[in-house]
Amino acid sequence: MVTPDRITTTTCPFCGVGCKLQLHIKDDAIYQVTSPSDAVVNHGNLCVKGRFGTDFIHHRKRVTTPLIRRQPQTPGGRTQAFDRAAWREATWDEALELVTDRLTGIYAKHGPDGLAAFSCAKATNEDNYLLQKLFRALFRTNNIDHCTRLCHAGSVVALMDALGSAAMSNTAAEVALSDVFIVTGSNTAETHPIIALQMKAAVRKRGAKLIVIDPRRIEMVDYAALWLPLRPGTDVPVFSAIAHVIARDGLANNGFIEARTEGYAEFLASLGPFTPEYAESVSGVDRRLIVEAARMYAGAANASIYWALGIPEHTHGTDNAASLIHLALMTGQIGRPGTGLNPLRGQNNVQGASDCGAMPWHYPGYQSVTDEAVAQMFDRAWNVEPGGLNRARGLSTTEIVGAIGATVRGLYVMGENPMMSEPNLNHARHQFEQLEFLVAQDLFMNETAAFADVFLPAASFAEKDGTFTNTDRRVQRVRQAIPLRGNARADWTIVCDLALRIEARLGRPTAGWAYAHPSEVMAEIAQVLPDYAGIRYERLEGEGLQTPVDDTSHPGTPFLFADAFPRGRGLFRPLEYIPAVEPTDETYPLILTTGRVLEHWHGGSITRNSRLDELFPEALMELNPVDAATTGVADGQPVRVSSRRGTITLRAKVTDKTIAGVVFIPFHFVEAAANLLTLDDVDPRAKIPEYKACAVRVEPLQEAARPSKRGRR
Amino acid sequence: MTETVHLTINGLTVETTRGATVLDAAGAIGIDIPTLCYDPRCAPNGLCRMCVVEATGARLLQAACVTRAVEGMTITTESPRITRARRTVLEMLAASTDLSETPDALAQIAETGADIARFAGGRERRPPVVADNPMFVRDYAKCILCWRCVQVCAEDAQYAFAINFDGRGFDTQIATFFGKPLPETTCVFCGQCVGVCPSGALKPLRAWELEHPDGPAA
Repeated sequence: MVTPDRITTTTCPFCGVGCKLQLHIKDDAIYQVTSPSDAVVNHGNLCVKGRFGTDFIHHRKRVTTPLIRRQPQTPGGRTQAFDRAAWREATWDEALELVTDRLTGIYAKHGPDGLAAFSCAKATNEDNYLLQKLFRALFRTNNIDHCTRLCHAGSVVALMDALGSAAMSNTAAEVALSDVFIVTGSNTAETHPIIALQMKAAVRKRGAKLIVIDPRRIEMVDYAALWLPLRPGTDVPVFSAIAHVIARDGLANNGFIEARTEGYAEFLASLGPFTPEYAESVSGVDRRLIVEAARMYAGAANASIYWALGIPEHTHGTDNAASLIHLALMTGQIGRPGTGLNPLRGQNNVQGASDCGAMPWHYPGYQSVTDEAVAQMFDRAWNVEPGGLNRARGLSTTEIVGAIGATVRGLYVMGENPMMSEPNLNHARHQFEQLEFLVAQDLFMNETAAFADVFLPAASFAEKDGTFTNTDRRVQRVRQAIPLRGNARADWTIVCDLALRIEARLGRPTAGWAYAHPSEVMAEIAQVLPDYAGIRYERLEGEGLQTPVDDTSHPGTPFLFADAFPRGRGLFRPLEYIPAVEPTDETYPLILTTGRVLEHWHGGSITRNSRLDELFPEALMELNPVDAATTGVADGQPVRVSSRRGTITLRAKVTDKTIAGVVFIPFHFVEAAANLLTLDDVDPRAKIPEYKACAVRVEPLQEAARPSKRGRR
Repeated sequence: MTETVHLTINGLTVETTRGATVLDAAGAIGIDIPTLCYDPRCAPNGLCRMCVVEATGARLLQAACVTRAVEGMTITTESPRITRARRTVLEMLAASTDLSETPDALAQIAETGADIARFAGGRERRPPVVADNPMFVRDYAKCILCWRCVQVCAEDAQYAFAINFDGRGFDTQIATFFGKPLPETTCVFCGQCVGVCPSGALKPLRAWELEHPDGPAA
C-alpha cells in the first residue's frame, strides 16, 4: 500500500465541469487521483480523464528545457521539426532574448498589426490576463484570441445580443430542479461526463423529462423522453418550428414577454413560415416530435436548455443559439432555479480566458476595445500614455491564420494547437509556413510547436498556482502539487519575464509585471473586471465563488437574471434558415460532423501522451448501416474520406449512433486529422468555423491501407 | 413539510426526520456506530452487518444503516450481544479475505478484540489479480463485498451497469457479466468504483506499479 507524501487539492484540467481533484503524490509524482464526496461540483465523481489521465505530466515526451531551432526558418520555407535533433537546448535567458529580439523587430518594421497571439483556455485566468496585457499594453495590438472562437463564439454573440451576458445562466447541478430539459448539440455523457451524471439522475430519480435534439444517437438518448434526430445545420428551422407551435397553441408566457422582453411582435410575425411541416422537410425530424417537444418544454413548471458545440460551430452558429434563446424568452423559462440557457463550455478555463480578455474585441469583462471610455480606463490601469492602447478590434483565430503573410508576421502560441484544431488544415498549414517568427509555449512538441523557432517549456496544471473558471462561472483554485519539471516554468512567470524584456527594449514605462504570486495578478484582475471585483485567493479556499462577485463580501451568484437581464429587456430577433454552406452532391454525398470522444482531448497534445491513448488508440469514423451498405464498407474496414479540401484514411465503425447521411469523425488524431476535411467558412458575426457540417465522400480500402500508428511521432 | 419522529438511542432522546435511518439519527447526537460497507455516497444495503443494533420489539439485531427511525423506537448500540455479532463477522471476514488494506476492519478488529485466528484453516478467497485495462487493477482477494463499486457503477452515480455480484454464498464475487474483460463491457473507466473502494481491491494501475516495481500486474 503506497502512502502519499502529500495530497494536494486542485481543479481538474480537462473539461469545463471543473471537478475537484485530490492529487496523491509520492516522490513528486502523481500515482492516484481522488475526489472528496462533499465537492460541490462533482460530489466525488470523476471521469476517466480526471481520474486516470493526468499521467501526461510525467510523460517521457514532455519538453522541459527551452529549445531553439538549429535551422533558421524563413517565410515560405518554414518546416515542422518533431525530431529533437533539429533543436538545440537553450537557457531561458537566451530563449527569451531571442523572442524579444524577433518580436520587437517585427513590431518596429510592421507595427501592431504584424503580431498576434493565441492565448489558452487550458491555462489559468492569471496566465491569460497577463498574455493579453502583454500584447495590448506593449505591442498595442488586439490580435489576441483563443479557442473560444472555435468553440462557443456563436453562443457568446447571441447571448450578448439577446441578454447582454455571455455565460451559463444557471448552475449545472440545477438540472435536478428541472421538470423538463433540452440537450442539443451536446454529447454530454462524453464531453461533460459529470454533468451527464446529474442529468441521468434527474431523469431516473426525479422523473424529469429529457428532450435530445441531435443528429447522433448519443448515450443521453437512452434517457430521453423524446429524440429529435435533425440533419446537421437545420437547427434554426427545428427550434423556430418549436417556437411556432408554442405561439400557435397559446403556450407562450405573455406576462413574461410583456414584462421582460422586446421585439416579440416582429419575431412572432417571422415565425409564420416555420411550420412543423416545413421544419420536417428540411431537417428530417417528424413534425409530431416537434409539436410534442414544444408542448413538453413550454408546459413545464421549470424547463432548462443545455447546449454545446453542435449549436455554435456553424456558419450560422449565432442564429442557432438565438433560436434557443427565443424559446426561453417566449416561455419565461429563465431567471429561476432549474431553468435557463446553459451553454456547456468545453475547456476547463474557456470561460475564464474569455472573462479575462483573451479575445480580440474585448478587454477583460467583455468591455469593448472600441469603447473610448473603456480604453481610457485600461490606458490608466496599465500605465499606458493616454490614447496609447489600440482602439480597433483585432483579428480572431481563423482571421489571424488567414492574415499570416499579408499583415501578421510573428505569432505567439501559448498552449494551443491550431495545427490540429483549425479548420481546413491544409490551408492553415500553408499559412503557418509563411510566418516570419513563431513562438510556442507548451508541454509537448505538438503539430503547432513543431513549426516554431523557439519552444518555451511551460508548467502543467499540477506545477503551478492559479485559478480556473468553470462552465457555471465558478472560479476555483489550481494549486501546485509537484515541483516544476526540469527547467519548465509557469506560464505567468514566462509572460512576465518576457514582458519586462520587451518593455525595456521598447523603452516603455512599465505596465506592471512584478508579481510575487498569481494571487497578486488576481487582485489586479479584480480591479478591471467588474464580475471578479470581489474575488481574492483567500475567498476561494473551499468551493470557489460563482461570478458575478461584486465586492469582497458578495457571496457569488448561482443563477442569473432573476429580476432583469444585463441589457435590460431580453431581445427577440427574427431569423431566417440559412442552409449549411456546403451542400451534399453526387461526388460528396455524405455530411461530415466532427467532435470529441470521452477518452481524448481536442488536438491530442495531452491525452495522446497519456495512458488514455491505450484505451482509445485509433481514429474511428462512425457510419450508419444504411450508408455502409451504399458505400460497401464493413464494420472495422479502412476507408478513405475525402472532402473538397483534403483526404484522410481511417477505420469505419458501422453504428446507428449516427443517422443515415451523416458520418462522425473525432478530431484528436493526427494520423487521420478530421480538420483536413472541414471548412474554414465562418459565421459572419462570431467568426466561428463550420466544423459541424461539410460534404464528404467515403470509399472502402483494403486492409493493407489501414492507418499506422507508427506514422505518429 | 418534513415530519419529525422521536426515538431513544442508548437512553438519549433524539428528534430526526421521517425517513432518516438509525445510523443517521445516532450520528446526529455523536453516537458512533461502526460500519464497513456503508458510504454516504451510496444507497445503504445492510450487507456487512457491522452496524447492527438492538431495537426493542425486534427479535434479531437490526442493521442501523437500513433501519428507518420510527416514532417511539428504543435503540441500544452497544451490548455483549452486539459486540459478539460484530466480532464474529470480523473473524469470518479475516479468515477468508485479505484485510491488510481495509483500515476500518483492522480498527474494528482491535476495538472488539476479534480473534482473527478463530477460523484459521478455513477456505480463503484468493482469486487471481485482474489487470485487463490500462487504468486500474482488480485484486478481489482484498474485496470485502461491500457492494459500493456495483452501486456507483449503477444508479448511485454512473449508470454504466458494468459490474455486479457473481456466484452464490462463499463464492460470491464482484464480476463483469460473463466474466468479460472490462474493455469489452459498458465500463467507461470513470473509476467511481476505485473512488469508493474501502479495501484496496481496486487500485489505479500507477499505484499498483509503485507497489510492485518488479513487474506488471498478473
